[in-house]
Amino acid sequence: MPELNAFLSPLCALVVAPLVLGIINRTKAFVAGRRGPPLLQPYRDVAKGLRRGAVYGEATSALVRLGPVVNLGALVAGLLLLPFASVPAVIAFPGDVIVLVGLLALGRFATVLAALDTGSSFEGMGASREVHYAAMAEPALLLALATLTRVTGASSLTAIYGGIGVSTWGHALPTLALVAMTFLVLELVENSRIPADDPTTHLELTMIHEVMVLDHTGPDLALIQYGAALKLWLLGMLFVGLVVPLHGGNLWLDGGAALLGMAGLALVIGVVESAMARYRLVHVPQFIVGAATLSAVGFIVLLV
Amino acid sequence: MATSLATIHALGLLTCFALLGTSRIGACIRWLSLQGILFSLVPVLTYDDGLTLRIILLAGGNIALKGVLFPLVLLHLRARTNYHREVEPFVGFVASILFGVVALAVSLGLARELQPALSHAPFLMLEAAIFLVSIGLFLIVSRRNALMQVIGYLVIENGIFVFAVITVVETPLLVELGILLDAFVAVFVMGIAVFHITREFGTADVDQLTTLRG
Repeated sequence: MPELNAFLSPLCALVVAPLVLGIINRTKAFVAGRRGPPLLQPYRDVAKGLRRGAVYGEATSALVRLGPVVNLGALVAGLLLLPFASVPAVIAFPGDVIVLVGLLALGRFATVLAALDTGSSFEGMGASREVHYAAMAEPALLLALATLTRVTGASSLTAIYGGIGVSTWGHALPTLALVAMTFLVLELVENSRIPADDPTTHLELTMIHEVMVLDHTGPDLALIQYGAALKLWLLGMLFVGLVVPLHGGNLWLDGGAALLGMAGLALVIGVVESAMARYRLVHVPQFIVGAATLSAVGFIVLLV
Repeated sequence: MATSLATIHALGLLTCFALLGTSRIGACIRWLSLQGILFSLVPVLTYDDGLTLRIILLAGGNIALKGVLFPLVLLHLRARTNYHREVEPFVGFVASILFGVVALAVSLGLARELQPALSHAPFLMLEAAIFLVSIGLFLIVSRRNALMQVIGYLVIENGIFVFAVITVVETPLLVELGILLDAFVAVFVMGIAVFHITREFGTADVDQLTTLRG
């Protein structure tokens, strides 16, 4: 039976995750000179969706209804594996890094199936692009986690992030910096952020992730939006746990530092989205393979 | 010292991967400049007897040539030839980056084999030297643009410089500066050649050189 403390991490994620989206949107608006939506707007969007009824196409099967639920379930399960600051995860066992990657893949698979099930050609196109990127982003994530495993000698997320401290940065600086950069790129790519995909585009032809969920309505859409916030949190925490490796023992201080790190990451994403243009579709794989290479270099440097 | 060598090593590897994955010539020249400056610092870090005049001359001369002068010549040449991108390399950019990873692993293995013979050489730099040479060769054979091939040559030159600095501890300064002068002349000759090629053929694409015009 895990400690009661351990449930703080998923609980915190469930409550705070949409706020991160709010901070990103607010930052983008600020840089563009607008006031922007309220910080709590993502919560309202989710609540609005949940109040509504759902409409399903006549040609669809149960897969469309299953997609958002499975996706959200996989992400919540992933959160249970994720340590938070100095708090260990609810479930931790050797090798759970691979389970985390598998859960992310399962969530994506469910979303893709739901998109294909609607029979819309746009959604099929979006699904194809999403899987195309995922085929490169997943090895990148595995490589980054494998490198961390190599640095700390542990294969459970809790042990890995517990083993990374300020002293680890001292003797494995290049490797950890490279892995952190990989995580940052993955956070952008996997959450359909700007250099790879544009979350606010209104043209189906240019969409990637958004086009897959066009035919979802009401509660389903709310679950998808909430799931997107959770995924942003999950991958963001992998980055923040690495960059803010504080384990002072004081739960409030460490937790506060991690939350501040998360807010900082949201600011960085907002600035990146404002400053960069989206890559052409053919250049995104190059971007992802480049990120994977960073981790590969980090790994090889460790072998010395 | 070990940490700063490791940092130079990691940053240097990254410049190589950036060269492999970038299509814009201007960006490539800037990466090359950064790489030249980074590896010019190697003698300062590896020689134990502190900052002697010899080391300052060696590192300073290298930084001035490879970090500043060569990039300026190349940027000037790029502006004159009006050729800003490597459009269709023989090997694509993603494949090039993957080649880089394989080359890194291979040079690691080679450096392991070489280490016993050169026991005083820092292993990281031994590996970097072999890697730089292989990446430079790869750039030369896989790119169509003559300017990218000059860049590949300079990457090889960086590798040879690192190798010389870490293996032959007491190279006379005169020899080192002579090598630098050689590279200097080579870049100028290549620059003039590239300029004439583009003026005659209207392109810096070496694949077009077979279409002779009488």
